[in-house]
Amino acid sequence: MNSFFLNIERTIKNLLSRKGRSFLTVLGIVIGVSGVIIIISLGAGAQTLVLGQITKLGSNIVGVLPGKSNEKGPPAAVFGVQVKTLVLADANAIKDKNKVPHATAVASFVRGNVTVISGRQSVDTSFTATDGSYPQVQNVEMDHGSFFTNEESQAGANVIVLGYDVYQALFPNGGDMGAIVKLKSPNNDIGSIPFRVIGVQKKLGTVAFQNQDDQVFIPFSIGQRQLLGINYIQFIRIKVDNADNLPSTMEDIKNVLRSQHRITDPNNDDFSVRDLADAIKILTSITDALRMFLGLMAGISLVVGGIGIMNIMLVTVSERTREIGLRKSIGATSKQIRNQFLLEAVVLTFAGGIIGIVVGVLISYILALGVRYFGYDWSFIISPLSIILAVLFSVITGVIFGLYPALKAAKLDPIVALRYE
Amino acid sequence: MLIDLKDIVKDYDNGGIITHVLKGVNLSIDEGEFVAIMGPSGSGKSTLMHTIGFLDRPTSGEYFFDGQNTKDFDDDDLAHIRNERIGFVFQSFNLLPRTTVIDNVMLPLLYSNIKTGHRHKAKVALEAVGLGDRIDFMSNQISGGQKQRVAIARALVCNPKVLFADEPTGNLDSKSGSTVMSILEQLNKEGRTVILVTHDMNVALHAHRIVTIKDGEIISDKKVDAKDRIHSKIISD
Repeated sequence: MNSFFLNIERTIKNLLSRKGRSFLTVLGIVIGVSGVIIIISLGAGAQTLVLGQITKLGSNIVGVLPGKSNEKGPPAAVFGVQVKTLVLADANAIKDKNKVPHATAVASFVRGNVTVISGRQSVDTSFTATDGSYPQVQNVEMDHGSFFTNEESQAGANVIVLGYDVYQALFPNGGDMGAIVKLKSPNNDIGSIPFRVIGVQKKLGTVAFQNQDDQVFIPFSIGQRQLLGINYIQFIRIKVDNADNLPSTMEDIKNVLRSQHRITDPNNDDFSVRDLADAIKILTSITDALRMFLGLMAGISLVVGGIGIMNIMLVTVSERTREIGLRKSIGATSKQIRNQFLLEAVVLTFAGGIIGIVVGVLISYILALGVRYFGYDWSFIISPLSIILAVLFSVITGVIFGLYPALKAAKLDPIVALRYE
Repeated sequence: MLIDLKDIVKDYDNGGIITHVLKGVNLSIDEGEFVAIMGPSGSGKSTLMHTIGFLDRPTSGEYFFDGQNTKDFDDDDLAHIRNERIGFVFQSFNLLPRTTVIDNVMLPLLYSNIKTGHRHKAKVALEAVGLGDRIDFMSNQISGGQKQRVAIARALVCNPKVLFADEPTGNLDSKSGSTVMSILEQLNKEGRTVILVTHDMNVALHAHRIVTIKDGEIISDKKVDAKDRIHSKIISD
């Protein structure tokens, strides 16, 4: 054991006497290992970012979309196809406590584009028309003022809640609650409708590629009838009291809708019921696949690095032919020569692995800081597994790609080697 | 009898063309002798030295070393003999570059069964060749004569029975050569067997016996009279 460490020490000394060469030899491994570390770190960071944003929207939520879909794919409504089968009566049926006992809040939604005008300022944005129960379904934090109530939404009151960016654009100098803004819909030409500002949402940032601050909220009926002029619902979201009740509640909702739509065969469903966990599962599987793919690319660069090591080790062996002959003439066995060159390759790749880890962690950290600078809630994650894998992989690379040059060195005939010029 | 060669034949096969390099050599060398093997280039003297020094195996014939028939020794056995019982000094020194003098001398110990006291042994060997003050120099920072003395220290460090020197002064000026030869003389005086390979009579005359080889055969084997011997002195540089 003692002589083992002595050998390592001697090998390191030997390699340090050829610093430039040694560094160039391991450069490929350094790049490969740091690539693996960076990709795994970025992948984990992106995944937690996306998942964090989804859960920020609220947990234990079930969504109902019009149109049938299979379990794995997204429903047609996601692609902008208008399906008109979901109506207010359906939402009211779901609200029935006897039929869906674990639903604590139900919110119906329609969305559209609108121009919001205040004095000379105007903003083109999107509106969400929903119920007063929206804050119970999704997390809503108000910068000031309050969200509208169920009474206000049912009465079709002309009240509006502004997203933070819209508020900033309309009232650059700040504005009091109670100010009147006018909404103009591109869908019809009834002119502009006045609304009273009753609240401003807190800054949320971007969630799932949508700027959550560039939108306004108005009561459901006024948005549906007057701005869009339609009589169907685009989607419904239901808050469930407990995660354990999610599957049973989804079944309850399906049954309610089937009886509403007089459907007897589930294969003929004209709606889709999904929970957020499904979305997370789909998203996670996509990001996992992406990470695997990128990790594989980095792994390939590691193999390329290994081939680089083999190349330079082969050059080294022929450069040091006389040295090998000398060592054999003073008593080194073929096995000792083989081990010497193998150890050199392994020490080189191991050192490359360590440098690669340091570089990779550093770059991942700098990237995380950079992403955070742009306002994302990015977490810097280095999985211990990725470090262990990186080191293991680099050492294995050293053994595999160091073996051939080492065997070549061991096979040299001492006399031929000593005569070699 | 330390070395006993019986009818040693060595053939080289160069792509079907067989060259007979040694054609039945018989040679005995006792412990403590100082022998010079002479001959023109291509005579087979280097091959003979490589065979005696276990760097090469004969095609046929028997080689008894220290009473043992070496026929059945495998490559590892030969490596151990080279390590423990033989020391080589080469014309071109063959020191490791970018390595200190003492690390060069310690190299054979690395492959030996001796596990401790490497540095001390190397230091003693370097002092024996008069380089006790150069131990931490890099091998490329010293003169040619000093390099060859380091090589001699390296050959001595495992305390071998036989020292082989292949044209040890071939790359040296006369002053350094003289120092190297006087060290070899001194080592022989202390009881070590020294086998010298050279084509230079002035070098060969340091030995007590000259074996001349030509075309793969020994053509003469003579003792050198004490009055004919050349003695060198250490000339400091």
